[in-house]
Amino acid sequence: MTALASRSGRSTPGDTRRRLVVIGNGMAGARAVEEILARGGAVQHRITMFGDEPYGNYNRIMLSHVLSGEEDAGGIFLNSLDWYRENDITLHAGVRVDKIDRFAKLVFSDDGRATPYDVLIIATGSRSFMPPVEGLYTPGGRLLPGVFAFRTIDDTRGMVSYAQQDHRRRAVVIGGGLLGLEAARGLQSHGVDVDVVHSGGHLMNAQMGPDGGAVLRRSVEALGIRVHTSSRTTAILGGDRVRGVQLRDAPDIECDMVVVAAGIRPNVEVAVTSGLPVERAIVVDDHMRVPDEDEIYAVGECVQHRGEVYGLVAPLWEQAAVLADHVTGANPKATYLGSRTATKLKVAGVDVASMGLQAPERDTDEHVVFSEPSRGVFKSIVIRDSKIVGATLLGDSRKVAYLTQAFDRGLPLPEERVSLLFDLGGPGEEAGVAELDGDAQVCNCNGVSKQAITDTVRGGCTTLSGVMDATRAGKGCGSCKLLVRQVVEWAADGAVEEDPAAAYYVPGVPLEKAALMTAIREQGLRSVSAVFAALAPGGAEDAKSKMGLASLLKMMWAGEYIDERDARFVNDRVHANIQRDGTFSVVPQMKGGVTSPEQLRRIADVADKYNIPMVKLTGGQRIDLLGVPKEDLPRVWADLDMPSGYAYGKSFRTVKTCVGQEFCRFGTGDSTKLGIEIESRFQGIESPAKLKLAVSGCPRNCAESLVKDVGVVAVDGGRWEIYVGGAAGAHIRKGDLLATVDDPETVKLLAGRFMQYYRERANWLERTYSFVPRVGIEHLRAVIVDDAEGLAAQLDAAMQESVDAYVDPWAERNDPFTPGQFRTSLPLEVLPQVPVR
Amino acid sequence: MRTELFSDPQAGRLHVLGPVDQIPVGEGRAYGVAGEQVAVFRLRDGSLRAMSAVCPHKGGPIADGTIDRTVVVCPLHQHAFELETGCSTTGAGPLRSYPVFADESQNIIVRLP
Repeated sequence: MTALASRSGRSTPGDTRRRLVVIGNGMAGARAVEEILARGGAVQHRITMFGDEPYGNYNRIMLSHVLSGEEDAGGIFLNSLDWYRENDITLHAGVRVDKIDRFAKLVFSDDGRATPYDVLIIATGSRSFMPPVEGLYTPGGRLLPGVFAFRTIDDTRGMVSYAQQDHRRRAVVIGGGLLGLEAARGLQSHGVDVDVVHSGGHLMNAQMGPDGGAVLRRSVEALGIRVHTSSRTTAILGGDRVRGVQLRDAPDIECDMVVVAAGIRPNVEVAVTSGLPVERAIVVDDHMRVPDEDEIYAVGECVQHRGEVYGLVAPLWEQAAVLADHVTGANPKATYLGSRTATKLKVAGVDVASMGLQAPERDTDEHVVFSEPSRGVFKSIVIRDSKIVGATLLGDSRKVAYLTQAFDRGLPLPEERVSLLFDLGGPGEEAGVAELDGDAQVCNCNGVSKQAITDTVRGGCTTLSGVMDATRAGKGCGSCKLLVRQVVEWAADGAVEEDPAAAYYVPGVPLEKAALMTAIREQGLRSVSAVFAALAPGGAEDAKSKMGLASLLKMMWAGEYIDERDARFVNDRVHANIQRDGTFSVVPQMKGGVTSPEQLRRIADVADKYNIPMVKLTGGQRIDLLGVPKEDLPRVWADLDMPSGYAYGKSFRTVKTCVGQEFCRFGTGDSTKLGIEIESRFQGIESPAKLKLAVSGCPRNCAESLVKDVGVVAVDGGRWEIYVGGAAGAHIRKGDLLATVDDPETVKLLAGRFMQYYRERANWLERTYSFVPRVGIEHLRAVIVDDAEGLAAQLDAAMQESVDAYVDPWAERNDPFTPGQFRTSLPLEVLPQVPVR
Repeated sequence: MRTELFSDPQAGRLHVLGPVDQIPVGEGRAYGVAGEQVAVFRLRDGSLRAMSAVCPHKGGPIADGTIDRTVVVCPLHQHAFELETGCSTTGAGPLRSYPVFADESQNIIVRLP
């Protein structure tokens, strides 16, 4: 439990501000406080917040991205602990409020504290609904190991670490709604097979009718997720941990984990215990006030307003604004009249939008439907008295903005109804955007209106990424990015600056990688300057494109590449990694992390002789000499007399190993030997981004093979597992199992084939952790292991050519490639130095 | 680097930095000129550009930057500067630019105020 400030709710002498206490630190509680602060509420109020979870406030909508590994848990926080400090808010995180004494105006929490309030806001949110299923709980009343809810950051972390343990092969998700499908898709990215068991007749039945549900099912099944509808889970099988689920009217499913996503229930216990009016949720009036309680407000998923309980984020934003108007007195006339819920989201990679009715209810209702299951497209619109009263769109979100607005405002509709579904021969999507009002909200997470985006564009910012940075539009859950792009294009009136990096391999040559490679090959372009001359607009060079082109050409032409050194980044010109003070770091090759007394002695002598300010062990099991001036590099290399370890390039870096069977009593394979062989074979090959490898001698994985670009694990029986696409840096991802093979030679063959495929297909600077999920592990297995596209021989030959073209770059020490290659460029003034330890 | 001095009272002082061949095509080299740090670049069309050698952002070595016909990109944090004017195209402060040319005997001549 964390209390940010030592003071509790007791008054500080002289502080006459009203004491505002907020129960709940989720999206609703924090948003309400933000709205209050925006109205100058800090002048009138001293704010204390209680949060059940031991964290600051985070974006719950993004948990599915955390589950899938697209986002790390740290990236979804909306307000860091600093925010509370800066705004002078006392946060009790990890503290649960048990009871409110509304007569004494005190809040009692489970840390034994009684906190007085003048104004109280209840924002306790919801929790996962756990259906009555046999075997869900242990006799001790805890969830059976392997069963998870999907509501909090801890739930999500728990799922990820459980799914990543060995032998977790299959998961069942109970619930085929929005959250269940997100969970299923997220779990798949950890290499787990997923079944979705849904009690409804079709998927997402809260948002769409059976026809849309059928199309969605097809799209979801195409992702490899098995779907069981009209299936009720009757029991969880397995006494000590999950081993399967039992279904009514269907065979049991064996599985290692179960995720329950069967809906949410509002958290109303505090309100009930404290005698506040609760029906389906805490009852509030149009001022978001609890009836007959002048100083108690409630907001978010825990409230019932005019009979409605909302489980979406947009109504919460509207409620928080009205609440803040009343708490601060900014607008005593503000009223909340309910929200017309329109959802627009990406579920498991499928665009889904839904609003109002799912199907016609009256004989006079019109129903316009288009269905194209093979493409996963379904559109349905319900019209009453020439107004839209409901719509469902799947797989094509182009008309969503217009339809949402027409639904919200009851706009008159075109006579020709089909134009509601498609843009027919008109100017395309722009019409839809042009029809939007300025105050229409484009980004629901960050509350950015069309007008705000338009103003930013008119202010001179004409790239999508620039506008997103400036307004934060599209930076929440990301589902509105397409609409943001459309608004930017419309506002810029055709003068939008394309974000070239989006599609081009490098910004200065307007071609995607495949087309660029074809052009280079057809025209025989063997140097970077030749590529610019032939393919860049006006033949213009582009500094930011040079490094990527140099890498690509070297990969394509190997020994025939014409090496123009000006195309290289400084690191590749001098074969060392530039540091903040303009000096360089030197990392000699230490294959497999294995060294010798002779090498260590030489390294020590070099460190002495050149007064190396810092000698550091790297994460890749090598030794780094830091702070070497450029002009010393050739002599340092000569004295080391070791090859380059390539710790500076976009290239194959290193192979980390564990000691393996030679010494380790658990080892099942000779990991050091294989690691050294892999490093000897692929040393220095350039690639779109760096490649870090590892070989572990047993599934204990001491070399961390599961989080490497290519990771190898020896398993019992003399077999080797090959994982690809792992990462444990800025991004964390468990690698996908590419293959399990019988001998080290096959490991080298398949690892090389994978790396060559990656070199040829990945975008510049795209690490394998993005590349592998983008192309899909099934596809990689087909191409690399099964040779389904007949590319194997060609990939192997191309890799062999690169291997043969290897030359140790540190050999240039005796014969500089260019005049003054190692001459200092260091400014002579005093610069911020890397501290010497 | 030793430099010779020309006197030209009208337009600052000319300094000879030695043969153009010291700079590979498409790259830059740093020179200490009359107490100033000057980075000189030799473009692929053969022309020269000169500017202050220290990045105003975090002191990066501009002469180690990557260039094209219009900008140099600092190697530390990828701030870009126009080779003609020294103005940053990425929001950093400006570099100072200096007139520079090669004389008949292919020596680099830079003019400092």
